[in-house]
Amino acid sequence: MDKETLIAQLKEIVKPYAKNQEALLNINENTDFVNDLKINSANLVDVILDVEEQFNIVIDNESMERMLDVKSAMEIIEAKLAAK
Amino acid sequence: MTIQEVLQKLPFAPPFLFVDGLDHINSEKVQGHFTFRKDMDCYRGHFKGNPITPGVLLTEVMAQTGLVCLGIYLLGDEVLGGNMTFGLTSTEIEFLRPVFPGEKVTVYAEKVYFRFGKLKCRVILKNEAGEDVCSGTIAGMIITKPHE
Repeated sequence: MDKETLIAQLKEIVKPYAKNQEALLNINENTDFVNDLKINSANLVDVILDVEEQFNIVIDNESMERMLDVKSAMEIIEAKLAAK
Repeated sequence: MTIQEVLQKLPFAPPFLFVDGLDHINSEKVQGHFTFRKDMDCYRGHFKGNPITPGVLLTEVMAQTGLVCLGIYLLGDEVLGGNMTFGLTSTEIEFLRPVFPGEKVTVYAEKVYFRFGKLKCRVILKNEAGEDVCSGTIAGMIITKPHE
């Protein structure tokens, strides 16, 4: 899966939870879920559960704690998909 | 964990304890009840001369049973750090019928998920006639105490 496709899929996932619509429009690898998109910590859990469902992967606690921005989310998703 | 153990671990006390008892609990769902006593303070002002239970208190009944009781049960023997507590994070509830002073309500809560310290439940509150009073989804999380 290329990066643009993955970012586009992440954009759809975070859309319902992002408070900052402008940051959502400009989402890129460096976008931070909390600081840029203003997703609160409770909704971050929903983002991760939606990622699990969308990609059919299981995110463990350690990965969850690292999944705070688009870049690390992409790394984790790619690693989990590769390990399947 | 027994119902009695769950109730003993509740972090609430009057006048803000809104669980009288639990009918049953397991890792998927919980059923509990509460009676709104006629002499409760809230009826003096909600509304003037026309006492009706405030929606926030109906929400609180559902949260204390559906999130806190079930959360305590799901944590089991896992001890929360002294600086940790429960926080309500979201509610999406429809209110269908009024609850008058003296009415007993029963909460039916079913776990949607409990992951990464967040518990989300589908909840229904019914009156003694078995009619839905309100229903929706609520979620809460284990958080660091805000004052510490």
